[in-house]
Amino acid sequence: MSTADAPTRQPAPSGGAGDERLVHRSLARRLMSRPELGSVVGAIAVFVLFSLVAEPFLRPASLSTVLYASSTIGIMAVPVALLMIGGEFDLSAGVMVVSSALISSMFSYQMTANTWVGVGVSLLVTLAIGVLNGVLLTRTKLPSFVITLGTFFMLTGLNLGFTKLISGTVSTKSIADMEGFDSARAVFASHLTIGGVDIQITIVWWLVLVALATWILLRTRAGNWIFAVGGNADAARAVGVPVTRTRIGLYMGVAFAAWISGQHLLFSYDAIQSGDGVGNEFLYIIAAAVGGCLMTGGFGSAIGAAVGAFIFGMASKGIVYAQWNPDWYKFFLGAMLLLATLLNAWVRKRAEDKS
Amino acid sequence: MTALVALDDVSKFYGNVKALTDVSLEVHAGEITCVLGDNGAGKSTLIKIIAGLHRHDAGTFTIEGDEARLGSPREALDRGIATVYQDLAVVPLMPVWRNFFLGSEPTTGVGPFRRLDVRTMRETTRAELLRMGIDLRDVDQPIGTLSGGERQCVAIARAVYFGAKVLVLDEPTAALGVKQSGVVLKYVAAARDAGLGVVLITHNPHHAYLVGDRFVLLKRGTMAGSHLKSEIALEELTRQMAGGSELEQLSHELARGGPTEFPGGHRPE
Repeated sequence: MSTADAPTRQPAPSGGAGDERLVHRSLARRLMSRPELGSVVGAIAVFVLFSLVAEPFLRPASLSTVLYASSTIGIMAVPVALLMIGGEFDLSAGVMVVSSALISSMFSYQMTANTWVGVGVSLLVTLAIGVLNGVLLTRTKLPSFVITLGTFFMLTGLNLGFTKLISGTVSTKSIADMEGFDSARAVFASHLTIGGVDIQITIVWWLVLVALATWILLRTRAGNWIFAVGGNADAARAVGVPVTRTRIGLYMGVAFAAWISGQHLLFSYDAIQSGDGVGNEFLYIIAAAVGGCLMTGGFGSAIGAAVGAFIFGMASKGIVYAQWNPDWYKFFLGAMLLLATLLNAWVRKRAEDKS
Repeated sequence: MTALVALDDVSKFYGNVKALTDVSLEVHAGEITCVLGDNGAGKSTLIKIIAGLHRHDAGTFTIEGDEARLGSPREALDRGIATVYQDLAVVPLMPVWRNFFLGSEPTTGVGPFRRLDVRTMRETTRAELLRMGIDLRDVDQPIGTLSGGERQCVAIARAVYFGAKVLVLDEPTAALGVKQSGVVLKYVAAARDAGLGVVLITHNPHHAYLVGDRFVLLKRGTMAGSHLKSEIALEELTRQMAGGSELEQLSHELARGGPTEFPGGHRPE
């Protein structure tokens, strides 16, 4: 057995407590290699900006509004980030939220069933849409951009078509007087008051999802597989990673979050506009990308995506508080995406070169 | 002693193309069998049969004396045959320790708290690499930041750790410099010393002769020679590998002062 690679160097004590050659890798350098860095810098910048230009921005009530806006994007940004780490996109995510709400509402209304039955049916159907996305992708081996662009348009059409067919208009009928509505609203669209500040329940859901996704990514076998499938699918397959199952699971994750978002939509607005949701998929993707998820897969974090969503929550409400024309929000979205992606690419390159 | 892997007059056809005809080879524990050949000689086909990606069409393929017909790379792995490909089965952006255990991650805890045994994973990676003579600064660095030679070594160490009996290496030194190649060959020797049977595919007779015990020469899908180290000198191996008379012909053609017109046309094919 050869042991003579570096005879002048003492092997570190077993147990891996440390290595004398590592002292030069400073804390700053370690922070730099975190995927979240770009988004945290961006979040601080946006926060400072609106604190200065928008006087009402720092009030607790405003903060609660900002967090609510962040959570509606953030709930979807989390699974979309996981999917992007796994190397795929889902362009149908935005309309899938509305589909999920429509299914729930129309099933309960048409069957005069308890709203919870509708909610359950909606969960099953939405998960099935996720599975369909995943199976189409893994079977056809076409790019996910094409597959989900297809399902995006199909869902958009189905949403409008079915709603008109069943209720005669483009929106659903109110189900507020139906059995189970109040308890479902308590779960999906209530708010709590903590220390005089109104906290929407979606914020709780959002944080739970972020924690769960972070756990999965960093501490489970599935998380290891997600990184591997996005980083080098062939290598992953060669060492026995179930690539197909991992991909389908990721699409089911997006579907699950779409179900939560959809039910929130339904139980906070009661009537659902069947044409809504178009374009939101980009918000989720941008939040994940700003949060450090690599467009090509294999790198990123759920916390970063949450910070990305927070940036857009701050921007969308901050622009209102600053009494600017809200049209600028879209420009801000695009600029933020470009800046953050550039920053992330630069930071990652530096961190990898000299680590 | 029974060979760990033995091929006897194995042939493989792709449609009407004879990719491999009547090739025989033996791999014994603690020995290195080198497969030498130029591009297109059939080395990849041979690997794919041993690795379980393709099935042979004629001849016999035995693993520890039992006739085998492998259906998948997973089946080959289960029989103790690990293959390290040229393009390396690693995920560049993932830390070394995550790569080391990829696909076979140990877990701890039960039910919803079942989680990666991160401590064991890191310590084992470090210890196993050290055992192979690789003293890594940091098992947390992305494996893409390692040199090509180091990555090969991690892949070899992984195969050894997961209980491979036969290690198939596809051109492990092809893309490496002289020094890096030396490092990799050292780990190949270390794997041999650990009792593994090694199949080393290469087109470099110098590398092969340094570590090999048996040499199988392939040429256009057929076996051009099979030698034990004691039977052949490096010069002869190099000559056979380079094609002997063909090389003389080439040196003649390349000699200065020859005819200036190009052989054949200029049309791109």
